[in-house]
Amino acid sequence: MNDTVESSGKRPGDPAYNFGYLDEQTKRMIRRGLLKAVAIPGYQVPFGSREMPLPCGWGTGGIQVTAAIIGPQDRLKVIDQGADDTTNAVSIRRFFARVTEVETTEETSAATIIQTRHRIPEADLRDDQVIVYQVPVPEPLRQLEPREAECRKIHAWSEYGIMHVGLYEDVARWGEIARTYDYPVMVNTRYLAAPSPIPKFDNPKMTGMAALQLFGAGREKRLYAIPPYTEVTSLDFEDHPFTVQRWGESCGLCGAGDSFLDEVILDDQGERLFVCSDSDHCRKRREEGHRGALAGHEEIRALEQADPA
Amino acid sequence: MTEGPLLRVDGLGHRFGRVVACDDIAFELFPGEVLGVVGESGSGKTTLLNCLAGRLQPTTGQVLYDMRATGLSDVYGLSEPERRLLMRTDWGFVTQNPRDALRMDISAGGNVGERLMVNGARNYGAIRNGATDWLERVELDTSRIDDRPATFSGGMQQRLQIAKTLVVQPRLVFMDEPTGGLDVSVQARLLDLLRGLVGDLGLSAIIVTHDLAVVRLLADRLMVMRHGQAVEQGLTDQVLDDPHHAYTQLLVSSVLQP
Repeated sequence: MNDTVESSGKRPGDPAYNFGYLDEQTKRMIRRGLLKAVAIPGYQVPFGSREMPLPCGWGTGGIQVTAAIIGPQDRLKVIDQGADDTTNAVSIRRFFARVTEVETTEETSAATIIQTRHRIPEADLRDDQVIVYQVPVPEPLRQLEPREAECRKIHAWSEYGIMHVGLYEDVARWGEIARTYDYPVMVNTRYLAAPSPIPKFDNPKMTGMAALQLFGAGREKRLYAIPPYTEVTSLDFEDHPFTVQRWGESCGLCGAGDSFLDEVILDDQGERLFVCSDSDHCRKRREEGHRGALAGHEEIRALEQADPA
Repeated sequence: MTEGPLLRVDGLGHRFGRVVACDDIAFELFPGEVLGVVGESGSGKTTLLNCLAGRLQPTTGQVLYDMRATGLSDVYGLSEPERRLLMRTDWGFVTQNPRDALRMDISAGGNVGERLMVNGARNYGAIRNGATDWLERVELDTSRIDDRPATFSGGMQQRLQIAKTLVVQPRLVFMDEPTGGLDVSVQARLLDLLRGLVGDLGLSAIIVTHDLAVVRLLADRLMVMRHGQAVEQGLTDQVLDDPHHAYTQLLVSSVLQP
């Protein structure tokens, strides 16, 4: 993670190349921002976001954070919606393979840096790993308070009472807190933060996590962080406590009953498959011999054999 | 109850560049007292109210408020978070246009409950009961608690705003033309309601209006403003029935008699 100081980042005979795509000054600027973010857990640090070779909304913030911390010894895993073989994950992984030549992996336990969109891996992360979140809207107050200056004051003085207005509306209308993703959290009992659009299923994994959690929002030009072993609590009411969603089903391929499931429609006869969204977790379980109800199904075999790009 | 004033204003003035909006205003407001401020359009009423309510730093003078902890203290000497805390716990502000104070995309119950949640309420049942109770007190149909204010009439929105303001039981309420823009019969009901609430809760209030009928009904004392200056102050009946200043005489005599 920190070997770029030794190498200048240049490659002999190729003046256009710099390790990790960004120039060294930019990387330093982002690292300074990250240090501040780690020092003040949950606080949004502004940074000079750069143009990246992909559009905003595709993970420009996460890519810049990864590019700033990656070193030649790192092993990178990129996931999108939990899977390694989705468009966003494949293209970002290929990008870093090309601009850093570091080893990439699909295995959660083998990675040192995991860049993610919309999920936290099912497997527990270790203290030698870093998870980088791609964040579209870093400001959790945005929907209730459109004024940026007012948002800063609310953060500065911890006047977070209005966040419960949205939760109240949910309970009044649906009888429960209906928000299922980007569920606001208090970090270290001080700063309110948006956990990026991960399902609230993953919120409990954030508290006390051994890995360092870094968040990058490219369009909004904000960095924030949750240091290892930090308390993260999801907002709720005393009489409507925070709960995560549960499925009546278990994974059709590996039989897991405790993972986050995606619903896949198989045909036009109403045939459906519930499958782990974390593809590495699912594959590992199948290798260990776990079998779900639909593991032998014809279409599923075709899906299983399809080669991820 | 303390014997001293709740609010004391000394030599208060505010100017926008060369324009003097209000100048050398001084008065005291005691607990449970309602002060009316009348004057023609452009006489500095609203600027005065904003200065009093901590929304606009006055150019000169002081606004002293009887804080629960520290007694009479300068509102503008407080740090901003302290002033904001004061504004959301001890004070209320009713605007002329309820759409400025309400969240139009949040249900009526959520609007009233917001003030409770901002002050730390975290029990849904208690917030809901508080909101229902206050909707009843301002005579809104409690079955509409989950409807958005956008579906309410102007008079209902104004009553909702009053519920939202009073739910935290403030000691001092500022009202800027609370009945402006409402038709006469709705105005009458609203005034009746306000008079009842102010009496029941022992609130102090400062009501800015250009409508003499409003202050006649609600205010104990009256201040008449013209060109940014308080030209006459006194008990409401006294000022209205026996106006001394020429401008007050003009104001009183220009009210239409049906």
